[in-house]
Amino acid sequence: MKTTITVNGTARTLDVDSRTTLLDALREHLGLIGSKKGCDHGQCGACTVLVNGARINSCLSLLAMHDGDQVTTIEGLGTAENLHPVQQAFLENDAFQCGYCTPGQICSAVGMLQEAADGWPSQVMEDVAAIVDLSEAEIRERMSGNICRCSAYPQIVAAIRSVAGGAA
Amino acid sequence: MSSVKDWAAPNPITENRGGLIGKGVDRYEGRLKVTGSAPYAYEVEAPSRPAIGYMATASIAKGRITRIDTSAAEASPGVLLVWSHLNAPAQAPRGTRANPRSQRPSNPALASDRIENFGQTVAFVVADTFENARAAANLIEIEYAAEQGVVDFVASFDQADQPPGEEDVHIGDFPAAFAAAPVTVDETYESPVQNHVQMEPCATTAWWDGDKVTVHTSIQMVKGGQHALAETLAIPSDHVHLLTRYIGGGFGGKGQAYDDLILSALAARALGQPVKLAYTRQQMFHGTIHRPAVSMRVRLGAQPDGRLTAFAVEAITHCARNAIFTEHAANFSRNLYAAPNRLTGHRLVKMDLPGAGPMRAPGEAPGMLSLECAMDELAEKLGLDPIELRIRNEPDVDPETGKPFSVRQLVQCMRDGAARFGWERRNPKPGQVRDGRWLVGMGMAAAIRGNFLLPAKAGVRIDADGTITLRQGMTDIGTGTYTILAQITAETMGVPMEQVKVEMGDSNFPPAPGSGGQFGAATAGSAAYEAGMNLRKALTELAVGDPNSPLYGGPAEYVTFENGNIAIENRSETLAALVARAAPEGVYVEGSISPAADARDYSQHTYGAHFAEVGVDTVTGEVRMRKMFGVFAAGRILNAKTARSQITGGMIWGVGTALTESNVVDARYGSFINQDMAGYLVPAHADIVDLDAIFLDEADDKANPMGIKGVGELGICGAGAAVANAIYNATGVRLRDYPMTPEKVLEGMLAVGL
Ligand code: FES
Ligand code: FES
Repeated sequence: MKTTITVNGTARTLDVDSRTTLLDALREHLGLIGSKKGCDHGQCGACTVLVNGARINSCLSLLAMHDGDQVTTIEGLGTAENLHPVQQAFLENDAFQCGYCTPGQICSAVGMLQEAADGWPSQVMEDVAAIVDLSEAEIRERMSGNICRCSAYPQIVAAIRSVAGGAA
Repeated sequence: MSSVKDWAAPNPITENRGGLIGKGVDRYEGRLKVTGSAPYAYEVEAPSRPAIGYMATASIAKGRITRIDTSAAEASPGVLLVWSHLNAPAQAPRGTRANPRSQRPSNPALASDRIENFGQTVAFVVADTFENARAAANLIEIEYAAEQGVVDFVASFDQADQPPGEEDVHIGDFPAAFAAAPVTVDETYESPVQNHVQMEPCATTAWWDGDKVTVHTSIQMVKGGQHALAETLAIPSDHVHLLTRYIGGGFGGKGQAYDDLILSALAARALGQPVKLAYTRQQMFHGTIHRPAVSMRVRLGAQPDGRLTAFAVEAITHCARNAIFTEHAANFSRNLYAAPNRLTGHRLVKMDLPGAGPMRAPGEAPGMLSLECAMDELAEKLGLDPIELRIRNEPDVDPETGKPFSVRQLVQCMRDGAARFGWERRNPKPGQVRDGRWLVGMGMAAAIRGNFLLPAKAGVRIDADGTITLRQGMTDIGTGTYTILAQITAETMGVPMEQVKVEMGDSNFPPAPGSGGQFGAATAGSAAYEAGMNLRKALTELAVGDPNSPLYGGPAEYVTFENGNIAIENRSETLAALVARAAPEGVYVEGSISPAADARDYSQHTYGAHFAEVGVDTVTGEVRMRKMFGVFAAGRILNAKTARSQITGGMIWGVGTALTESNVVDARYGSFINQDMAGYLVPAHADIVDLDAIFLDEADDKANPMGIKGVGELGICGAGAAVANAIYNATGVRLRDYPMTPEKVLEGMLAVGL
């Protein structure tokens, strides 16, 4: 079946098996290998991309559900020569080791920063109506859908804090 | 053969004129990883679009296939090939080594109707798409004749045997000393099956060109994978070109060739087109190795002043019926504390579970969970601080062999860590510190992990533009190998990092043993250093022999390499100018390292001390980390940034070990009940609070020419025990069964009246 999505600013029409996940559409049919498959079951976050600005696990979503959607993958955030600030912060803080969870962590962080800016509450906030202060505890809570088996967690939190302006 | 004495002389690494050694430079391949442009094995560009494989796996632990019907799968859309044991291509029988120099023997897939473990590959489909391959694999019908397997570890201790070729180590008279000791501990500690859960499942992309196969695969050992595939396919090893440039985690679990490598290569040959195959997350749990469960009995006998007089650590563990692997969980204890009367040893149960094998710090990781808690228990009985107890048992020489230590800063690690962590805040009486509904406590543990050097080679070339390229059949599993090899090469050659390229993970390159056993940096790095030193020699000869060089005529022994220049005092030129003029085709040399003849005259280890603070929820029994800090001594540190990441990563594995990680065996099927990332819980962001580590200044001149040692495994050693000891200090509940999940903690708290 035919689906049209806008990926990193470019409209792409795919005619693929209706069982194709958004993740496999990106990886296998659009050559965007940055989004990773760690579990294919929504358990690890390696496949995180931004759909219409919000982060989702692309393995849990069929391509066919995204006709007309705007998808941003890690490839759409920055390039090796011109890194996105979150990518730069990950590099400087050594916020990855094997790198396999990394595109998902970075996309998730970008989505999370926007959620916080938009005032989305989290379960560790004492007052869910308060302005979100991206403390370490907030970042940890909001990033917990992204597993890093290399366990770069302290470095990832430091990287995100530095972008969130809270590097104190 | 070299001697450790040859390594003591100053050299470019120990002089560190460029300041690159120890510097926290960003990862060499970092930009590729943060932009998602590093291609992992399943993502490499093949000569044409690969067909996609999918495996079907066994649902019994032991028995044989009585009927297999693949007709529906064969008729399914897009299917190109369906194999079972009935029609799979011929492969060498398991364990064949046609070439005696092969590092790994054959490991055929779909070789017979026998089932040896749950999750064994029983059929294989290749189709045009992933969706078609998966759907077809699900149409395969299989019937089994199941046999009773041994899958319950604890119920099988009566079948435990001495591992082949091993003996218990007896020193002095342990039974008599233990019987006579005024203060004793005699406890048994259990650690469960654990899983690597590397973020990237095993995967291979394969294609053929004539009778030669190219495989991109996710494997920690280049030569091992190349040889295993060649032996299995019964082809010469130089007909296998194996590449493994980016690896999404290994942790010991990707040290061998699995079915993805074999089946994708076979199918690519049969179909005459590229084929790729990845394990699913669920298949990883049974289709690849795990860390076996270990039951450890620790007996300590001490004098009232804390000196140990009797010391025994005995481990029972398991491996697959047709394999030999022993989790040497007692080995570390042979080097850790002084005691005149000692007993250490292992027993092994053969089981019908998937293969047990190495996982980050095999031996130490589960082993230290026992002794480092037993020492805590003993300290309390003696009324001593746990650090003081360890200091009183600090040996002057290796307690078993009597050999001198190459360098040992365990006591400094504990003292430094105690001061920085604020150990003096700890109330030695458990269950005293409350914070609302939480009970708060602190624990510590020592860390020890052996250091090894293996034989390795490296090649280095300089081109006419001055670019220096290091080539090695080495791997980077996230450990930072690319980066430290670039640093070593740049510092050895006296050039900036930007002038150095590192190419790895290719079976055509000079061989290195790969990533494992914490030997990677020292082994691969030392070979890179030796190659660099040989390149210095070659360039020196080139310069002093070239009438057009300002260095012409020498003296060669005064030549220096700094800032991209080769110089004798104020006579100098750039390396690029020299090579462009005198060797425009470039200069290539190799170097090699092997263990010094007398290296084993020293007891050589890395050390550390862990400090943990936890809160225990008195209502739910949940344990939350509040703080964790470690101090480590592991030789000269090559990269402050990547070394810290390795160590903190290991510490976090220790937290997972203590609190959540366990593969529970379903005794009915010989399977792991929790076979995905929702059921097997590794630490997540929210689990890790305020965790950091530092390294003490150190150089171990008995280790290798650079005085460096490994850090990849040290961080996990003892970490879980520090958490367990903190739980005890918080609650007074002494659990000896890992992981310490809420229901166990709660039960313990109810039992002590909390
Ligand atoms: S691959 Fe999507 S969450 Fe793991
Ligand atoms: S960097 Fe390896 S899993 Fe996160």
